[in-house]
Formats: sequence, C-alpha cells, structure tokens
Amino acid sequence: MSATTHAHTHDHDHGPPKGLMRWVTTTNHKDIGTLYLIFALVMLFVGGGMALVVRAELFQPGIQFVNPDFFNQMTTIHALVMVFGMIMPAFAGFANWMIPMMIGAPDMALPRLNNWSFWLLPFAATMLIGTIFMPGGGPAAGWTLYPPLSLQAGDSFPFSIFAIHLLGISSIMASINIIVTILNMRAPGMTLMKMPLFVWTWLITAYLLIGAMPVLAGGVTMLLTDQFFGTSFFQAAGGGDPVLYQHIFWFFGHPEVYIIILPAFGIISQIIPTFSRKPLFGYDSMVYATAAIGFLSYIVWAHHMFTVGMPLAGELFFMLSTMLISVPTGVKIFNWLSTMWRGSLTFETPMLFAVGFLFMFSIGGFTGLMMALAPVDFQYHDTYFIVAHFHYVLVPGALFAALGGAYYWLPKWTGHMYDETLGKWHFWLSTIFVNLLFFPQHFLGLAGMPRRIPDYATQFADWNMWSSIGGFGFGLSQLLFVWVVIKCARGGARATARVWDQPNGLEWTVPSPAPYHTFEQAPDVK
Amino acid sequence: MGTADEIRRSNRSLTLRLAAGAVAMFGFGYLLVPFYYLMCDVIGIGGRTADAVAAAPQSVATGRHVTVELVGSVNESAPWEFRPKIATLDVEPGRLYTATFSARNLTDLPLTGQAIPSVAPATSARYLKKTDCFCFRAQPFAPTETRDLTVQFYLDPELPQYVDRLTLSYTMFVKPAAEG
Repeated sequence: MSATTHAHTHDHDHGPPKGLMRWVTTTNHKDIGTLYLIFALVMLFVGGGMALVVRAELFQPGIQFVNPDFFNQMTTIHALVMVFGMIMPAFAGFANWMIPMMIGAPDMALPRLNNWSFWLLPFAATMLIGTIFMPGGGPAAGWTLYPPLSLQAGDSFPFSIFAIHLLGISSIMASINIIVTILNMRAPGMTLMKMPLFVWTWLITAYLLIGAMPVLAGGVTMLLTDQFFGTSFFQAAGGGDPVLYQHIFWFFGHPEVYIIILPAFGIISQIIPTFSRKPLFGYDSMVYATAAIGFLSYIVWAHHMFTVGMPLAGELFFMLSTMLISVPTGVKIFNWLSTMWRGSLTFETPMLFAVGFLFMFSIGGFTGLMMALAPVDFQYHDTYFIVAHFHYVLVPGALFAALGGAYYWLPKWTGHMYDETLGKWHFWLSTIFVNLLFFPQHFLGLAGMPRRIPDYATQFADWNMWSSIGGFGFGLSQLLFVWVVIKCARGGARATARVWDQPNGLEWTVPSPAPYHTFEQAPDVK
Repeated sequence: MGTADEIRRSNRSLTLRLAAGAVAMFGFGYLLVPFYYLMCDVIGIGGRTADAVAAAPQSVATGRHVTVELVGSVNESAPWEFRPKIATLDVEPGRLYTATFSARNLTDLPLTGQAIPSVAPATSARYLKKTDCFCFRAQPFAPTETRDLTVQFYLDPELPQYVDRLTLSYTMFVKPAAEG
C-alpha cells in the first residue's frame, strides 16, 4: 500500500518520512486510517482465536481442552477485544480514511490528536491481552465486569480496568476529532443535509461516544476504588449495591450497541445506492431515523436487566421504549429496500455483503424484539438465545458492513481492483458458516442452555457440534479476506477514479489510489 | 469556511467544549449513584428494608395470614456460621413479631459483622417495617463467640392482597476495615 502512495507524492514539496517512523509520527488521515484498519484486522484474529478456544471446548459436552476458569477468561477477553479492539477501531479507520474525502476537507481537524488516539490502542490492547499471562489469569467475569464477581479477579484486575480507561480515552479523542472535522472542515456548499450518510451516522456516533464512554470510565473507576480504596459503591457490606453497577454499565452499554451499529448503517447506505444505480431512498428520513435511534439508545438500558427485580412500571417503560427503536430501524431497512426496488442491481462483493447485512441484521433485530418483551425475556435471559441475538447483529451485522466497506473502498485505497472471484468466495463461505455458527444457538438458548458455561447437558450436544463446525469454518474463511487484501495491495487491474459504474460522492472524484494529500483546494459542491 | 486562522480558533473552541462534555459525563456517571438510591426510595425497590426505625404498629386485627420465610447466608465463604432459628413464621399484618438468628464467629480473631437485608418480592420491601434490628448496627464478635441476633418487625396492613408469602433474608458480611 505504501509503495503506491509514494508514487503519488512527487508533486508535493514534502513526502512522508520513510520506514517505521512514518507510521509512528504520521498525522495524515489516510495513514492513520490504514493503521486503524490493520490493527482491527489483527484484533479480529486475536479475538477470533479466543472464540475458537471457546467453540473447541464446546464441541462436545464435558471438559476437553481448557479448565473452566480459562474458558471464562476467553469469553471475557474475546468480547472486550472484539468490541473495543476490533469493531470500534475498524469503523474509526473508515472514518479517518473517508470522512475528510467525503466532505472535501484536506485532513482531519486535529491531526496530532488523531495520531495519539490511534497509538493508545496497541498499548491498551497489549495490557488487556497480557493479563492472560499474569498470576491468576485475566478478567473472567464476563465483559460486563459485574461486581462482586469481577472484584474477585487476581492481579490482572487493575490492568484490565486501566486498559479499558485507555481504550475509552482513545475513542473519546477520536470522536472529538470527528465532530470537529465534520462541523468545521466541510467544503463550501457541503451543507449538513448534503453530507453522505456515512458522515451523518459517524457524527451521531461520535456524540454517543462522548456521552456514554465517560460513564463507563466512571463505573469501572468505582470498581477500582471499591477494590483498593475502601469505597462501597457496589459492596453490600459497606451499604453499596451491586445492582447499581448494572445500571451504570448499561447506561453506557446500550448506547455502545448503537455506537457499533450506526457506522455500519452508514456504510450500507453508501454501498446500496451505488450498486442499485439509484440515489438513496428517503435521505432525510435516514438522517432523522439515525438521530432518533441515537436518542432512544439512552433511555432503554434496563432491558438488559429485566430479571433484576424491577417494579412493573419499570419493566413496561423499558419494554415499550425498546420496542419503539424498531420504528426508526424499520424506516432504515425499508429505505434500503426501496433504494434497491427497480434499481439496476449488480452483485459485486460489497453489494453481496450489504444484502447479506440486510437479511441477517434483520434476523438479529427480530430476536431483539422477542427479548424486548419483558415477560418472555425471563426465559431467554443469560441463555444462548441472547448470545445468538447479539452475534447476529454484530457479526453478519456490523462485521459484514465493515467487510463490505473494505471491498467497496479497497480500489480507492490501493489503486487496484480486488479479486472479484475470491471476494465472492469469501462472502459465500462467510455467510454459510456464520449461519451454521449462530443459528443453532437460538435453539440451544430456547432449550435452556446457559451462556458462559464450559460444559453442558448431553441433550445440547448436536447443535453445539454444528455451531463449532460453523465457528471454525467462519474463522478460516476470514484468512481468505486477508489474502484478498494483500493481493489487492500488491497489484491487480488498475482502478479508475470512479471505480464503480455510478458511485456518488467526492471520494470518487480523486484519482485511485487517493493521493497522499487530497482537497488541499476545497472542491466546489453543487 | 473562513481563513485558516478562524478555522483553527473555531476548532480549538469546539474541541474544548466537547472535551468539557466528556468530563461532565464522567461526573454524570457518579451522579447516577445518588440518583439510583433516590429512585429506589421513591419507587420502593431494591429489596432493601428501610434502615430507619419504624414506629410501633397500630394494632389492627386483619385476620390475614402471610408466610414470612427467614433466610441467613454468608458470601464469599466469609468466616461466619449464620442461620435463622426458625425458618418460617405465620404472620398477621399489623402485629409485631421477633425473629432470632444465630451467628458464630468461626475465627480465632475478633470480627465485626454487618448484616445486609433483602426482601423478596422486592416490591414488597417497603411494607416490611422494623422497630429494631441487628442489621441497624455493626455487630462486633469476640473470637469464636456465638450470639443470638434479633429483629423486631411487622407487616404493614397495606401489603397488597396478592402477596401471601415473602422472604426476609440477611447476608452477613465482614465489615470492611476502612469503615471502622
């Protein structure tokens, strides 16, 4: 990738420094975007490896490969790595690469802060993953870190808390940068309601991050002071209440869900119009729906804790407000479908991932509606049904959108077309295996299999076996993606500036690969 | 868009405002703590009984019978033996009862215990009134001491009719040293 960008810097008075220091000191939004994306890809395999340890252990009933405590560390760190180390940095990478190009800005508004936001991540991730090798092992109480269980961790406890602090600081700084860029750096004529939807979804995501991340930081700081400084926020013995932690955590946790999915919505909203050869249907309603989802995300948190012992009024409020979210989400789904309606559709790999997203994210949305029903949730709570639900919205949902976005913009980033045949293979293998992996977990959950348990009753054996086969198949299929990316970075058919037949947006007006500096002269936006 | 200088100034002020917003939200996380207890008090949830001493009951013969189950437990293998002397009581709302728990310090060291109450169903907690309770105070124990602990309580006759059974449980903790 770097070789091709060098070739285009000769007409500037300064090029990027050579070698490793280029990447350490860079303040270029494209370099930092690349760093984010590569980091996310590495973390996909780190977190995925942990998931495969879990699936290997669950292949058969009984304890086969790992002891239960290590199993719990794997589920916990897998989730933390995937949420904070993989999917959020992946979308931050897209934001860095694409937002300045989409709004006609020369770079992000705060380039040095940008460098710092990224470089906190590898250190935070190393700290978090390194806890596995500490005496007593890493955090094992689930990614939600509920006390009192999370307080019984060994030496790793403060390390995992500080790692979460660093990850949070990184994403707050990135959000500030994104908001300032979008609000202050748009090219003349690029009004807010002309911005591509990906920019809009990130603007709202960034506000959600600034609202939610500090609350998590506060919650885990309370855990820390409870453990080491004698406070009693959550210690019942000192008059605290562990349930309070759940409220604080999910006050962050539910906006976090939309922090992950809104940029995915944005990417899908860029891909579908291009391959339908029609403008996005209902642009204004898409913007308002995104804002509505952002607002609602702050008032539904207790639906994660229906079984905690709430009064009826509370259960009703959180149940109804949760179901309300399906209205703006439905607006989005139907707008995407209407965009495709009577379009001249072609199914290149990005479009395949986008259509796959539409189908499978909706499955996850429907199971979400099932669990929004408080009385029904009492049966599903903490079973494999919830595991199936959130993996459907996160893997064939958020991850598929990220993969689709990568295929969509790879020609713009590298200047080469990716291998379409391999891309299609990647999509179909991923889709088949991801359904084999997660669909049986619905049945397991309805039959009563609890989550976060390394062993299970023999009646669950068959579906667990299929799920594990799906897991290994899905994991191995992602190696194909790595190969496609490497192949595309090294060479291939030259991409034109427009890349696709009828793409929309400023990023398609600059050459492919995008020069190191773009839009130093603001473009004219009509 | 104005001049480069104007943009830099406006970037700076927006950055500072957003950073202030992040700091404020950190504070808001802590604000959720008193807000949580306020909500629990207002709605009467959390399964906690009031820490305050209740007034003696206005004696009313309601003729109603409610089973009160008593549970004593310890957490995290804390060094206590702690159990109720009688597991269930047949209670008539409006009348005062005394329940006795037996506690023993299993260590050779002096230990201070603190019992934390919980009522199930949680929404009935506010109808269980205590005129006196061992849980109102920290309980110092001499090494290996065994002692009886009592709670005097009554059920408010306002207790909803559909409740015919409730559980009053105590968990005995070792009081954290920092709390004295």
